[in-house]
Amino acid sequence: MSSETKQILTTDGIPLEVSLKKAEKKNKIKAFLLVAPLLLFLVITYIFPIGDMFMRSVDDKMITNMLPKTFKAMEKWENLEELPPEEVYRSFYEDYKLLAENQQHGKLGQRLNKEKNGFNTITKKLFRQIKRKKIDESISIKEQINKLHKRWRNVEYWLAIKRTAPPYTVAKYLKGIDMYFDSDGSITQVEEDRRIHRILWLRTLEIAFFVTLFSFFMGYPIAHLLATLPMKYSNLLMICVLLPFWTSLLVRTASWMILLQQQGLVNDFFVMIGLVGDDNRPEMMYNKVGTYVAMTQILLPFMVLPLYSVMKTISPSLMRAGKSLGGTPFVAFWKVYFPLTIPGIGAGCLLVFILAIGYYITPALVGGASGTLISNQIAFHMKTTLDWSFASAMGLMLLTGVLVIYWIYNKLVGVDNIKLG
Amino acid sequence: MALPSYTETRYRIWHYIYLTICTFVFFFLIAPLFVIFPLSFNAEEFLVFSEGMKNLDPDAFSLRWYKDMIYGTKNPWGLAAKNSFIIAIFATIGSIILGTLAALGLSSRHMPYKGLIMATLISPMIVPLIISGVAIFFFMAKAGLAATHTGIVLAHIILGTPFVVITVTATLSGFDHSVTRAAASLGSNPVNTFMKITLPLILPGVISGGLFAFVTSFDEVVVVLFLAGLENTTIPIQMWTGLREQLSPTILAVATCLILLSTLILISAELLRRRSERLRGINR
Repeated sequence: MSSETKQILTTDGIPLEVSLKKAEKKNKIKAFLLVAPLLLFLVITYIFPIGDMFMRSVDDKMITNMLPKTFKAMEKWENLEELPPEEVYRSFYEDYKLLAENQQHGKLGQRLNKEKNGFNTITKKLFRQIKRKKIDESISIKEQINKLHKRWRNVEYWLAIKRTAPPYTVAKYLKGIDMYFDSDGSITQVEEDRRIHRILWLRTLEIAFFVTLFSFFMGYPIAHLLATLPMKYSNLLMICVLLPFWTSLLVRTASWMILLQQQGLVNDFFVMIGLVGDDNRPEMMYNKVGTYVAMTQILLPFMVLPLYSVMKTISPSLMRAGKSLGGTPFVAFWKVYFPLTIPGIGAGCLLVFILAIGYYITPALVGGASGTLISNQIAFHMKTTLDWSFASAMGLMLLTGVLVIYWIYNKLVGVDNIKLG
Repeated sequence: MALPSYTETRYRIWHYIYLTICTFVFFFLIAPLFVIFPLSFNAEEFLVFSEGMKNLDPDAFSLRWYKDMIYGTKNPWGLAAKNSFIIAIFATIGSIILGTLAALGLSSRHMPYKGLIMATLISPMIVPLIISGVAIFFFMAKAGLAATHTGIVLAHIILGTPFVVITVTATLSGFDHSVTRAAASLGSNPVNTFMKITLPLILPGVISGGLFAFVTSFDEVVVVLFLAGLENTTIPIQMWTGLREQLSPTILAVATCLILLSTLILISAELLRRRSERLRGINR
């Protein structure tokens, strides 16, 4: 009762609170409508397709669609120690016959062979029998199939079929870390000499880590110099950072290819100062060295710019105060200046690391076989082997890693604090 | 950075070491770009400095590769340049429109779920290009837009908008909203207010975001590699093919032109940044 009497009304007679909320809501909708076109565009053309990548990477519907009756009948197969009942055999026979009529039986044989070795032989045998119309549908199909090959009498093979029933599989993800489902369904590592993907993941991390480290040790001094020099000098030097930043990635990679080749200027220089013999010029391209050098130079501006924008805000009087209180320049730097630059270090390092971990063009051109990264493998499967579901799985594994770092970056720096140029 | 006269010797030495390191790093950053210039005027077919060039013999230099770039038989650069410019211009326009609208919404203090939406809008910049490439390719293939200009333009709008969103949001952060309220109180409608008051003030941010979007599109190769057919070849694709197959000096002539273009863009971006800071009253 009392609250009603105290309510303030607007001139229209509506309570002020309601009116304000209404205005607030209107503003919210207005703001959202401005963002909506871009958000909608990105969701349709970008976010959904990434979801589509996920669906492709786990998709295993092919076999589920090939043997619908079998999997239905298998639901009633209770005693898994013994061979399945007649009904399962009959459904399998019917499914298989349909596939054989549509010339799809080969695909099934290959797919089952991946699940358990030896399937291809026995499905082919069944196919020949069906083709010659040797199977009599009026008597027990179970007995007829079992007679074809001893493997059909082995419950292991029927269990293998049962395992393929779910329409989704994580097999592609396991392949990405060099593992696979064993014939009994357990997860196993591939032989040691065939573990190529793990090497690539580790190399990607290693190169991204060292490129970040090199960029930091080279970027910190020059960011400091740029931030402390008088404006007229620092503006001029800033061009050295900004010009590469604005220059085409391919142009910069090309210049490194010219510099690092065996008859290139870097090797000429080494020969001139007597570091190496003229007939013994080291190979600096198409290996890790090339990848490191080129990627560090290309990503260095992304380290310098965030460091510079943080250092610019640190007052020089702080260092003077540190020194006047008795610290040596080193102590003053380490205890006063350095801690203040940590936000910039975090921003720069995370940015460079994120960019380096997904690098594709430069490693592909100067990396050779020992300098390629996980991105190159993804491109290889997209373009050459056409195993799109595997490429999607690897891409999503990489994406997960990047998103974790992005999340940390967002917590530490905030995406709205990214500065450009 | 002159040292005070009372500096001890060891700090003096340290200071010179520091300056040497800085010089080396600046050299490392900028020198590779300058290798391309002289080599693009090479009279010979090799990508090394010939004896004649080292002795500055005028006969060792020629415009041969520039002629080849423009008039060469079967040369792909004309078509590639045309495609690159068309795609980049449309992608820039699209990015500017979508990105500026979104930035206006994001800068409103009434915007719900600001952090999440911002993170989503920026994500194409953070997600590795190869993953963006795969995802966009799946979409374009389904939509029937693979190997079309439209498809590539849409893909570049995706990649370009984050830059516009970031630069325009940054410009709007120092924006005094009382001027738009003043305009409204004087009877201006929102569209008019935007065109006459807001836009001129945030224009430097919009244009510099547009420059980023333009460069992103003009320079982009990973996504285009998935999307482009023979008809849609662009300068980066031709450079990529050239660098992979045979490194001909014609590529260096193209590269020189691209460096000149990026110098122009750098100068405009710097001028815009200063103008924007002046307009927003940030004194340095």
